[in-house]
Amino acid sequence: MKPVLFTQIEGNSGAYWSLLGWLAAFAAAGLGAMWYMEHNGHWVTGMNNQVVWGTPHVFAVFMIVAASGVLNVASISSVFGRTMYKPLARLSTLLSLALLAGGLMVLLLDLGRPDRLIVAMTKYNFKSIFAWNIFLYTGFFAVVGIYMWMMMERRMNRYTRMAGIAAFIWRLALTTGTGSIFGFLVARQAYDAAIMAPMFIIMSFSFGLAIFLLVLLVACNGTDRPLGDATLAKLKNLLGVFVAAVLYFVTVQHLTNLYAPEHHAVEAFILRDGGIYTGVFWIGQIVIGGLAPLALLYHPHTGKDRSMIALAAGMVIIGGLAQIYVIIIGGQAFPLSIFPGYDVSSSFFDGVVASYSPSLPEVVLGLSGIATSLLIVAVALRALPFLPASLADADVDPHYVDPPEPEVVEAEEEGAGEEASEIA
Amino acid sequence: MNSSKPFDAAKRRLLSGAAAVAGMAIAPGVTLIAPAEARKAGEAASDKVRWGLLIDANKCDAGCDDCVVACRTENGWQGHDRPATDPQWIRKVNLKDNKTGATLSLPVMCQHCENPPCVDVCPTGASMRRADGIVLVDRHICIGCRYCMMACPYKARSFVHENTSGQKPHMPRGKGTVESCTLCAHRIDVGGTPACVEACGQKAGKEAMMFGDLNDPNSAISKELAKRATTRLRADLGLVPGVHYRGL
Repeated sequence: MKPVLFTQIEGNSGAYWSLLGWLAAFAAAGLGAMWYMEHNGHWVTGMNNQVVWGTPHVFAVFMIVAASGVLNVASISSVFGRTMYKPLARLSTLLSLALLAGGLMVLLLDLGRPDRLIVAMTKYNFKSIFAWNIFLYTGFFAVVGIYMWMMMERRMNRYTRMAGIAAFIWRLALTTGTGSIFGFLVARQAYDAAIMAPMFIIMSFSFGLAIFLLVLLVACNGTDRPLGDATLAKLKNLLGVFVAAVLYFVTVQHLTNLYAPEHHAVEAFILRDGGIYTGVFWIGQIVIGGLAPLALLYHPHTGKDRSMIALAAGMVIIGGLAQIYVIIIGGQAFPLSIFPGYDVSSSFFDGVVASYSPSLPEVVLGLSGIATSLLIVAVALRALPFLPASLADADVDPHYVDPPEPEVVEAEEEGAGEEASEIA
Repeated sequence: MNSSKPFDAAKRRLLSGAAAVAGMAIAPGVTLIAPAEARKAGEAASDKVRWGLLIDANKCDAGCDDCVVACRTENGWQGHDRPATDPQWIRKVNLKDNKTGATLSLPVMCQHCENPPCVDVCPTGASMRRADGIVLVDRHICIGCRYCMMACPYKARSFVHENTSGQKPHMPRGKGTVESCTLCAHRIDVGGTPACVEACGQKAGKEAMMFGDLNDPNSAISKELAKRATTRLRADLGLVPGVHYRGL
């Protein structure tokens, strides 16, 4: 196998600067939304005392889950030794850090007291999964940061595999932690299930790879880098496997609940009577996020069409947001079962399905998290050589490889960098 | 041996007489502090006591919300006419058996669990349980993440969604933090009873609510609990609430 040449993107075009401008504007709008919500209090949002976590949490959890999943591409290269994925590994770690940063930004800016971040960083209740997550998230930045450094610094390349294994284990722990936020909630009928942790891991595989595919397609297209059909076919087939695996976990989750009379009411709510939540589940999560992308990815014609593959990846992302919406909002909308066997009423919405509709500031804050992630990626691609100059099949064909790691040619030195940016 | 008997009897009479006199002397004091012994300033709450409530739904009127009004007045959590976001530390819940049609009404507030899930999930430790069983939120370190509200099976907690007004000196509140029933810890600590219990007993004359030390077998509440079975909400969860219900 030829040494992989990594280069920065040129980043001088009008399109690049206008992309940066739009992303920065969205990120700033998110700060504005946060100021509006904090200044007035959360009553100006769709959230209330019944649905306490809203749209910002849907975006934040989605991005945090996807952040760990997008790292899989690098793990396949470093941990499982598939050299074909080697040229993609740097972008994978970059996206991973950027998505986690964006997700955490949304989560923190939605706090009732975001000014007390220092309290969250200094006072811990170690029985809380949230407290564990604070360590898992900050640790993830450190572990993946070191992994990225080992990959990008030639003298450190020999430690790449070790750092990659550490990052892989860490990401599994991180997503277990994210799923357990819901898995550990004994109070609510929709949660309190051990399957949440592994289901979130497989969701992360799917959402992360979908985001990776889209970013890769856009980056290669926008910088005229060749992207081989065989490389793309491997990635899209893998995405199909992950999408199917998510469907499997969702099926097991609901079948298990359907077996227990205790959970019949909440299942009827999500699957049949839940109005908007039932619609989002069947149309958003199952059809748009599952069945349709599977068909697009595996159909002999659409499976070879790049725009169709991109469409499928986009649908997986929409479906992923739908799935987390159903889990977070749908799970809260269903009333708590405090008095089983009784019809319940009160001035505090006992016994009724809670109402929630996303408000503009919540949506803007959520989108600003995605914009921030993409802004980090766009700036980083220009600053450091994350993208391979070519992903043509001949350049990434694994049959030429000398184990364990291919030699990496950097384009960071002066002169070489200029040359490299010309390629870009 | 035989000669010692009269002496023993005399000594016994003397001692029992002295005990009776001493008992009479102490009794008024004991009665005064019976409902709740005041803690000295700076003294930590003790796990020797376990404060709790007994609520008799048979005595609770569907139309009466004196306990709610008393709590709101005592603790100053009046809202802004926005039911979805206004706080409710205590609420009246009306129940109808979905098979028999029998109706019930009862107040629901923080159940002051022995194993409170809100305390378990709180990342900063703002949600905490005092040694005497009262579950509280430390508003100085609450970051407003609302995980405790997700974890509470009783919907007992409220998030402060907007600016507060009419705060009481003993009950500071803050926008962006979570709050709930404190069992009127400020009253208990000076030997009083919660405002809801007082209102139920005195104003409405219903006496559907009783407050006391669950650890003391001689307390009025313990004696009443021992008489007939009571129910604790979602007992299946193993949280061991400090609030007992009768009539459910």
